[in-house]
Amino acid sequence: MSRNVLGAITLTLLAFSGLSAADPAADQKAQQNALYVLDRLGYGPRPGDLDRVLAMGVDGYIDQQLAPEKITEPPELQRRLDALETTRLSAADLFRDYGPPARKAAGADEDARKKVQQAANHVAEQAQQARLLRAIYSPAQLQEVMTDFWFNHFNVFRDKGIEGHIWVGAYERDAIRPYALGHFRDLLGATAKHPAMLYYLDNWQSSMPRQDRFGDIKGGLNENYAREVMELHTLGVDGGYTQKDVTELARILTGWTYLPRELEAGSQPEFFFDPRRHDFGDKHFLGKNFDGAGSDGEEEGEHALDLLARSPATAKHISYQLAQYFVADQPPPELVQKLAKRFHDSNGDIREVLRTLFHSSEFRDAAASGGKFKTPYRYVISAVRASGIDVINFKPLLGALNQLGMPLYGCQTPDGYKNTQSAWLNPDAMVYRLNFANALGNGNLPLYHEPPPAPVAMAGDMPVSMSMAPPPMTAAQYKPSPPDPMVLQATLGNPFSLQTSEALAAAPPRLRAGMMLGSPEFMRY
Amino acid sequence: MDRRTLLKNMAMTSLLPFGRAGWAFAGDGTAPAGKRMIVVMLRGAVDGLNVVVPYANDEYYSMRSSIAIARPGVEGGALDLDGRFGMHPALAPILPLWQSRKLAFVHACGSPDPTRSHFDAQDYMESGTPGVKSTGTGWMNRALGTLPQRPGALEAVSFGPVLPRIFSGPDAVANVPLGREAGRATAMDKSEINEGFDRMYADNGALGDAYREGRKSRQQILSDLGDGDARDMKEMKEADNGAPSPKGFALDAAQLATLLQRTPELQLAFMQLGGWDTHVNQGGSKGQLANHLQPLAEGLALLTSQLGPQLDDTVIVVMSEFGRTARENGNKGTDHGHGNVMWVLGGPVAGGKVYGDWPGLSSSALHEGRDLAVTTDFRAVLARVCEQHLRLPDKHLATVFPGAPATGSGNVKRLLTT
Repeated sequence: MSRNVLGAITLTLLAFSGLSAADPAADQKAQQNALYVLDRLGYGPRPGDLDRVLAMGVDGYIDQQLAPEKITEPPELQRRLDALETTRLSAADLFRDYGPPARKAAGADEDARKKVQQAANHVAEQAQQARLLRAIYSPAQLQEVMTDFWFNHFNVFRDKGIEGHIWVGAYERDAIRPYALGHFRDLLGATAKHPAMLYYLDNWQSSMPRQDRFGDIKGGLNENYAREVMELHTLGVDGGYTQKDVTELARILTGWTYLPRELEAGSQPEFFFDPRRHDFGDKHFLGKNFDGAGSDGEEEGEHALDLLARSPATAKHISYQLAQYFVADQPPPELVQKLAKRFHDSNGDIREVLRTLFHSSEFRDAAASGGKFKTPYRYVISAVRASGIDVINFKPLLGALNQLGMPLYGCQTPDGYKNTQSAWLNPDAMVYRLNFANALGNGNLPLYHEPPPAPVAMAGDMPVSMSMAPPPMTAAQYKPSPPDPMVLQATLGNPFSLQTSEALAAAPPRLRAGMMLGSPEFMRY
Repeated sequence: MDRRTLLKNMAMTSLLPFGRAGWAFAGDGTAPAGKRMIVVMLRGAVDGLNVVVPYANDEYYSMRSSIAIARPGVEGGALDLDGRFGMHPALAPILPLWQSRKLAFVHACGSPDPTRSHFDAQDYMESGTPGVKSTGTGWMNRALGTLPQRPGALEAVSFGPVLPRIFSGPDAVANVPLGREAGRATAMDKSEINEGFDRMYADNGALGDAYREGRKSRQQILSDLGDGDARDMKEMKEADNGAPSPKGFALDAAQLATLLQRTPELQLAFMQLGGWDTHVNQGGSKGQLANHLQPLAEGLALLTSQLGPQLDDTVIVVMSEFGRTARENGNKGTDHGHGNVMWVLGGPVAGGKVYGDWPGLSSSALHEGRDLAVTTDFRAVLARVCEQHLRLPDKHLATVFPGAPATGSGNVKRLLTT
């Protein structure tokens, strides 16, 4: 069906709903553009968002979103984030209190080991809750979208060991979030040095082979991070590097590690350059000579990351991904080129690249297309946002993401989740989404259900924070009342085709909210 | 959407209850099953040299001081296959298949493309076109398109919440959620709810297609697994003499066996397993890799035993995007390599033999001085199965694996008995 027909239908429906003013066509266009930026810069409208963006204008909204530091979080959101006590702990504190030292202290006692694992699960669950709380309720939506974008780009995996569980949230907080709209080089450096990444891609164990005191050869190179940082994080797989470059970069990055004992004691910073592990030999990387003996070792790695961040291949790779994420699965090459130039000229200033993107004709022209298919994450978040429900129990949302193949912090491989239709549209997912939409729209998701109590504090040396009472319940009922279909329709700006509208009209009113959240129009954005 | 597709969809939806065609129920499974091919993909590059161990090569032991699998006959040693190669001991559950000549391996098998990127290599293995990124469809979807059509039937199925690249393309493929959720009734199984959505999605391009395929396969799967699930599980439990009921891959394998038994039209199936990227502490006869191989072997054993006589019409291929370095790395693990081993199981397999042209592990034989070389193109094996087992004619083979080498090269031409 052509967009003209769709537009005409929507217009008719708008007229019926009494929203039209003197110039219905202009109103219609303004509303479409406002919904478009709400959908693309954020996770879609919450009740009242459409009117707010109409009032400030699309350009005003873009400017506001590009300056998240000026947006104040609502006090209730802040209060609920503050209640997640483990999200404030440093990576070192998490390691000591919840990580391998806690497991070691538990010894062979099965019950004690189980409690340590439960405590680590609790840390990961709080990180997930914090992420969902912000994605659903924060008005700084672009900040949330970019946090997710970069987390996927520099993916780490919750289920790789107890370290994965305890560090995934700290990683997002320390290495991703502060730079989500900052400079790419800072993001690259912060992720490269964070213990979560050092652990996930094994660099913390990579070392120049060395003799121990018995004369045995210990340790050696591990190429894992060196390869992925070029293939996925910077140059891209066709970025012109060779196997030799992978090995040389692995040598350059030997000694980039963390020291478990010092982390436990709190005596060293989380990132540690260990000269004993570093290969001080000469290297040749991406056509440049590295004089190993003439450096302090650590600066070689910094220099290599500089080269990677400044490479035109990186500018192109990142620009392609941004254009695919924000505009179309097959992004227009002219736009990618434009963004790559901006990336290069601004020295990798992500905010400026995004500003160029949001003001490009390619982005503006896609406003009428509904051309992107929501990922499971976007689908779930946008549905909860539109419904206006106050979520206390996040388990049903996390469960839906698991079932749809996109568990939060659960992408095992370093390439992160894709955001294209071909990756996510499939028969089972369609049916599952509709089941989820029904449950949410009909008030059958236990989003108020009391969460299970926090794990019982272990005897002796467990952290004080563990014994804190769970936050007080703010709702009496277990399930929220279903969203009013009329309100939901207004929140969404009534984007429905004639076919959808007829199906809605034919359905019993109590099923309509679920059907709207399951409509073809709500699958796209 | 173009006008023609729109009209086609409209015409079909007005004629038939669900989608392109009505849903032909599989019935009681008395109709003879056709030829089947099941592909199991091990994502993350399994270490083939520790799956089928070249224990006769001394270099193997000198390059893998901490992770090598010992020679057969000692504690934790390889399970001897042919005097040259031995299976990882965690694969004991499939040893009977080897002994009954229903399991073969093709060693030093892999892609002609040298990439050591997981993602490119998997992409090539799924598109069937190494080195060509622009191929829009997966080879299993192209294969499906050339097989005899049985309108309305569930002909291809993938396990897992997303549709893999290998099945992407124009022909409809169902996907089955993992685990026990698969056979459970949901809101969408209620007519009050699904009628409205049938109306909403009555056209709607790709979304409408996915919707109809999803509704259709839900009905098939509910009828296959919903009522029967509990019964089968009970029977299985009894047969297992109190052993824990299958979970993870074994459960999926059991569900696939049930689907195959009750859906004679089902021709192609795909399953996948992750966790093979063993850069650190790979382990030897025990440890990380062993812990992943064991449930895989158990699942394959369960699948083959549950298929019973239908195994005679089934070929199962287990493959992975590339192998791992011949030498262990600095962390008792292995890095990304090149050549690997491919597993081929089923009634039509001339099993009990390690196929391929073994290049050895001497430094001059290693690819780029570090990896097992590739002497058999993975497409030669897959195309052999498509040609000889699924009976794809040459012109269709050229569509499924364009530019692939001849399937009759080397001893791989004798891989199947029929």
